[in-house]
Amino acid sequence: MSDAAADLVIIGSGPAGMAAACEARAVGLSVVLLDEQASLGGQIYRNIESAPPDRLDVMGQDYAAGQSLALAFRNSGVRYLGGAVVWNVASDGTVDYVANGRAEKVVGKYVLVASGAMERPFPIKGWTLPGVMGAGAGQILLKGSGALPSGPVVLAGCGPLLYLLAWQYLRAGVAIQAVVDTTALSAYLRAARHLAGALRGWQDLAKGIKLLAALRRHGVPVFSGARELSIEGEKQIEGFSFTRRGKRVRIPVALLLLHQGVVPNTQLSWSIGAEHRWSPDQLCWQPVTDTWGRLAEMPIYVAGDSRAIVGAQASAVQGRLAALAIGERLGAVTDIARRAAPLQRELRLRTHIRPFLDALYRPNDENRIPQKDSVLVCRCEEVTAGQIRRYVDLGCKGPNQAKAFGRSGMGPCQGRFCGLTVTELIAQARGVEPCDVGYYRIRSPIKPIMLGDFVQ
Amino acid sequence: MTTEPLFSIPRSLESETVTITFDDEALRVPAGISVAAALLVGGVHDFRSSVVGQVPRAPYCMMGVCFECLVEVDGVPARQSCLVPVQDGMQVRRQIGAAELDDVSFGEEP
Repeated sequence: MSDAAADLVIIGSGPAGMAAACEARAVGLSVVLLDEQASLGGQIYRNIESAPPDRLDVMGQDYAAGQSLALAFRNSGVRYLGGAVVWNVASDGTVDYVANGRAEKVVGKYVLVASGAMERPFPIKGWTLPGVMGAGAGQILLKGSGALPSGPVVLAGCGPLLYLLAWQYLRAGVAIQAVVDTTALSAYLRAARHLAGALRGWQDLAKGIKLLAALRRHGVPVFSGARELSIEGEKQIEGFSFTRRGKRVRIPVALLLLHQGVVPNTQLSWSIGAEHRWSPDQLCWQPVTDTWGRLAEMPIYVAGDSRAIVGAQASAVQGRLAALAIGERLGAVTDIARRAAPLQRELRLRTHIRPFLDALYRPNDENRIPQKDSVLVCRCEEVTAGQIRRYVDLGCKGPNQAKAFGRSGMGPCQGRFCGLTVTELIAQARGVEPCDVGYYRIRSPIKPIMLGDFVQ
Repeated sequence: MTTEPLFSIPRSLESETVTITFDDEALRVPAGISVAAALLVGGVHDFRSSVVGQVPRAPYCMMGVCFECLVEVDGVPARQSCLVPVQDGMQVRRQIGAAELDDVSFGEEP
């Protein structure tokens, strides 16, 4: 195993990672950036360097904006390693990864975790059937390979990405069978309180209104206020039903894309042993950091959506700020206040709308905490909501104990897709808050690795 | 094993293709895409069977998080097909239940 070293090792090549690398290089730090995908850009700017013009057109301005960042990144002198799967980050800055079937290690004086977001799980009856995917997955297929739904598609849930994907599909000529919106009336009322902040981020608000208008113009049926979602099918999805205005609606569906927002991908920060707090606004765990993104007592920083959901542009700014803070610690930045001030202003501007979005697109309780006992919660080990509640009846206090009771969170995804649900289910059943219940203990290796990778 | 694909790639883009197999059935797919994308556009709906209920599963997240797209690639079980780029001649098989170590030699009996 060849040992390498750098001032800064960055994990993730999305906006936060790329921008941090540019900033760190600009102040003279040596930078290694690792990303498990084969191409640059993370999920938001996925395939940004090789997307053909017609795809860039379909995706829209916000995606194409990633091109200039990717170009600056390429020209920054960073050592970029794609296809590098990080499986361990130690609290001293050592990063273990596998690339090209070989186990490698790089030691950073500082490490920046910029591992981004993942789609929030959507545990409803039938969500494990083939033909049901995340809307983010649909968008990744479009960005990564230009693939579009072959037939009519139904999009269901809430959140900006759902409408963005619908708009992108319309531009690409995809037949959208229906958009089923789960946003409840109460969410609009809650969100109204944050309208002032949202108006300061009016550009984002205007974008949302434009997307909705496009759907209406194209005559896409939009079912709003949908509740009691249920997916039917034997070997694959056959139908999708929901209640709207007191009436049950059932539509035959071959492809259903679900979405109810994104949550930080915290697998790495948990595995390092960092403290996390439950965010009652974003309904997810967030690593506890200082204002620059540093985890307490460690040479490790977190930036972008893996810290808290802020969106692509704010993520890039956070990446730059973390790089400046690291530069200062290494003696390469002596005027951090002057350099950081415009970035901090931009960060405030980019995050004004966040409380409004968090309130408006707060996923409904029934779509996060399944009330039907038969709904699968842990997809890998096939543990249901009813089983988790039964464990609580038997004395189970939290997610870690739930593992011992019935293997939830012990399959290949290592709890990524059931962790939030299990925390909230147990909290509800015990009548306490999620922060009282905690999360799975995540240990490295956080990705599957083969013993053969260690044999030279 | 393959049926009407849920996703397709418009032919307008002239790209290189490669041939892979899924359970010995040949699929001609664009070069440079992931195995999961290739199987989806190749009409594969059922990537694996779940470890407890033995029911069909297919990719959910396409970004390496959900582990629903696990297949056997060139004899190696439990590969995340959304993270593996296609290569010409790649042999992909549906993964049935949990990965097993049936091809592993445990050494000579004393």
